[in-house]
Amino acid sequence: MKHYQAVVIGAGCAGLGAAVALKQNGIQEVLILEKDEEAGGILNQCIHNGFGLTTFKEQLSGPAFAERFEDQAEQLGVEFKTGTMVTKLNPDKTIEYVNPKEGYTTISADAIILAVGCYERSRGAVEIPGERPAGIYTAGQAQRYLNIDGYLVGKRVFILGSGDIGLIMARRMTLEGAKVLGVAELMPYSNGLPRNMKQCLEDFNIPLYLSHTVTHVYGHDRLERVEIAEVGPDRKPIAGTEKSFDVDTLLLSVGLIPENHLGDDCGIEMDPHTKGPVVDENYMTSIEGVFAAGNGLNVHDLADYAAHQGGKAGEGAARYIKNGKMKEGTVRTVAGENVGYVVPGVLHTASLPPVIEFYFRVRKPLKASDVIVRSGEKVIRTIAKDHLIPSEMENVILAGKQLDGLQEDLVIEVKEK
Amino acid sequence: MYDVVIIGAGITGTMLARDLSQYNLKVALLDKENDIADGATMANSAIVHTGYDPEDNTMKAKMNVRGAQMYEQICRDLGCKYRVVGAYIAACGGEEEAHLDVLADRAQRRGIKYEWLTGDEARKAEPNLNGQVTKVLSFPTTAVIYPWEVAIACAQVAVKNGTELYLDSPVTSIDRNEDAYIVHTEKQDFQTKVVINAAGVCADQIYKMVSDAPNFTMKPRKGEYFVIDNAVHYVDHIIFPVPSAKGKGVLAVPTVYRNTLLGPNSDYVASTTDTGSTFQGLDYVRDNISKIMKNAPLNRSIRNFAGLRPSSSSSDFIIEEAKDAKNFINIASIESPGLASAPGIAEYVIHDLLKDKLSFEENPDAVMTRQRPLVMAELTPEERAQKIKENPQYGRIICRCEQISEGEIVDCIHAVCGARSVKGVKKRVRPGMGRCQGGFCEPRVLTILARELKESPLDVVLDSEKSKILTKENR
Repeated sequence: MKHYQAVVIGAGCAGLGAAVALKQNGIQEVLILEKDEEAGGILNQCIHNGFGLTTFKEQLSGPAFAERFEDQAEQLGVEFKTGTMVTKLNPDKTIEYVNPKEGYTTISADAIILAVGCYERSRGAVEIPGERPAGIYTAGQAQRYLNIDGYLVGKRVFILGSGDIGLIMARRMTLEGAKVLGVAELMPYSNGLPRNMKQCLEDFNIPLYLSHTVTHVYGHDRLERVEIAEVGPDRKPIAGTEKSFDVDTLLLSVGLIPENHLGDDCGIEMDPHTKGPVVDENYMTSIEGVFAAGNGLNVHDLADYAAHQGGKAGEGAARYIKNGKMKEGTVRTVAGENVGYVVPGVLHTASLPPVIEFYFRVRKPLKASDVIVRSGEKVIRTIAKDHLIPSEMENVILAGKQLDGLQEDLVIEVKEK
Repeated sequence: MYDVVIIGAGITGTMLARDLSQYNLKVALLDKENDIADGATMANSAIVHTGYDPEDNTMKAKMNVRGAQMYEQICRDLGCKYRVVGAYIAACGGEEEAHLDVLADRAQRRGIKYEWLTGDEARKAEPNLNGQVTKVLSFPTTAVIYPWEVAIACAQVAVKNGTELYLDSPVTSIDRNEDAYIVHTEKQDFQTKVVINAAGVCADQIYKMVSDAPNFTMKPRKGEYFVIDNAVHYVDHIIFPVPSAKGKGVLAVPTVYRNTLLGPNSDYVASTTDTGSTFQGLDYVRDNISKIMKNAPLNRSIRNFAGLRPSSSSSDFIIEEAKDAKNFINIASIESPGLASAPGIAEYVIHDLLKDKLSFEENPDAVMTRQRPLVMAELTPEERAQKIKENPQYGRIICRCEQISEGEIVDCIHAVCGARSVKGVKKRVRPGMGRCQGGFCEPRVLTILARELKESPLDVVLDSEKSKILTKENR
């Protein structure tokens, strides 16, 4: 069985970021496995601009952003295997994969980084009544058909959910000649980034129906019409508020879920809030030597952030490969008032790195607030914020020193002033 | 001149076609849809009931018991999945327990294996049974199958033995003359000695083409379901409430591929094409599953679907020669336990209804078995490596949720009765059945279908002939 120091599963932005960081931190043998024929992951179908602002201080398309990392990884000597699907991850840090060239192969590694990305919630998860005609797609599926395969999926479009991919597809399909009649969002606020609301809807006069959902789809062979209605505070449709749109296409942009087939089967502890693995300050999961980062850990707003987190996991894995086990003095992190989740989920207080970055999301839009980090009654840090929204991931950076000798769970909470 | 024209390629029609194909008969199998098993066979609870439920002296009881006895061997012969999971009928309190005695008595007399469990014993085996359950009647031999897999396999055997399959062929009218029927479709006519009406929810429409006073009308009943992600381990057995006049109630069913089905409701609908799901229907399932279960993982639903039971004005199956149309055989009202009964029905139709109408001469070349198509995920690592060496397409994974390779998809397109649509591929080799529901693999499956069928991607359909997925090239 071939052995590597480090194997990264997934060559999207997080995986590429991790592979680069592993090399930069002195790890010699780094292999990256990618199921698609090319590295880049979902970035390959994101041909719009806006990537790279925080990483490279310039505006790049998705494929160009990925290429920067790929080039860097290749120059550093990372080994790539594309067209390679990992079928199994085992707790003894062996990986089973298939590809057309090598067949079915098992390898082992000192450290494994899961950078497996996420998938889109489908119609079944949101219970849209009606038949199952053609013409209903997730936004990412329509994006792939258009940007990779070169086909439009429809002429008259309605979108359910204000997730960013849906917003970007509203603009993209409009530019390609389709008519986008509107976007319905179940919540009373948008789930997309403010810049996408502006650039993809407002600039094209596409109406946004907040507190609305699709109550029925009509059509037997191909979609013919969707009916939407306003929802009450219980998120149930209000009778009498229905509106109809004659469309041949419904795009769903109703959420992303970390893809955790491999981790689940391997027995890695999952966080019910992020739906990704529980990781520590080094991005190590509950299985020693197995790390996680990117949208497979917690769904990010921007590819830059996922790549950055991949880099942090790469650093953590490099530390582990060099120093071995670091699991001592465990405390949990807890999502307090108004907070949906906190990553990392556990801390090993005896071996904290110099700087730790915490990610969290608020559960609902909040006006001027204090972000409070505390352990028991002891407040470690308070940060004032003008406003917070669920669609923007927040982060708090603490020095490892600030957490020295921590005894009780670390709570992150947000209190509106 | 055909000997037999079967109208309807669901489980009943295909099972009969397979059995008929062992004889030297000229048989045509027609269906209005673009694939085999697109009606009730595609959307049901997928259970081979053992036969304890139907009342005494009914065709349902007779066909169910016989069909259940035959199923395992048939699935073995056809290379189809047959997973014995066992069924629990869960009673809450004295009144329901009394009804269990009725079922146990029937089972006893019909030679069906059963066991009694206390509520606590049952909860030990099935921790998600709720505290209300006081007693359980267990039928350990109850199995689940992949219904359309069996129907497709039956059709494949029949077609290889000479049966002619005509899809996208709705019957428009039927004429009678002295000793034959002429079955008209939009594309062609079929002159035949015998017509078998296995048209499911449309059986009365077909019968009306030859009868002025049909003795039944179809009254389709809709059933809606949730499909739960197969990463969730919810039940090991099929869990039923005690059956009522309305049907078998809301169940939890572990499927062949370890998803869980939760459903169905039961509502009469006006149209034979109304297979849409509804808020009300799914709410009914949500509310009623908690009668006997707890922790229902509805937040892990990956799909909802609705199917129409081909129920009718008759409470029993109708399997008979029409009183007013000689050589016209109705197989109608095949609601539950229709799936389990299909082999029994095929046997009964041949032996009791057709024997004196046709000359049944064995076809010495007929092959009644089918080899299971290659399923990479079922092989050992060594076998997988060998197959990939022979054909690298088996090493290119298309469906990441269920780990299905390009080679398997190509195989199912070129097989007998091959896939012609994205859903056809999904029914045969399962890309799109996983948690992402085709979000990732559908574009790839579409590309493969276009390539293998030598058609433009613009012409690839989701399911029916008109269900195109793409509308315009954008280069």
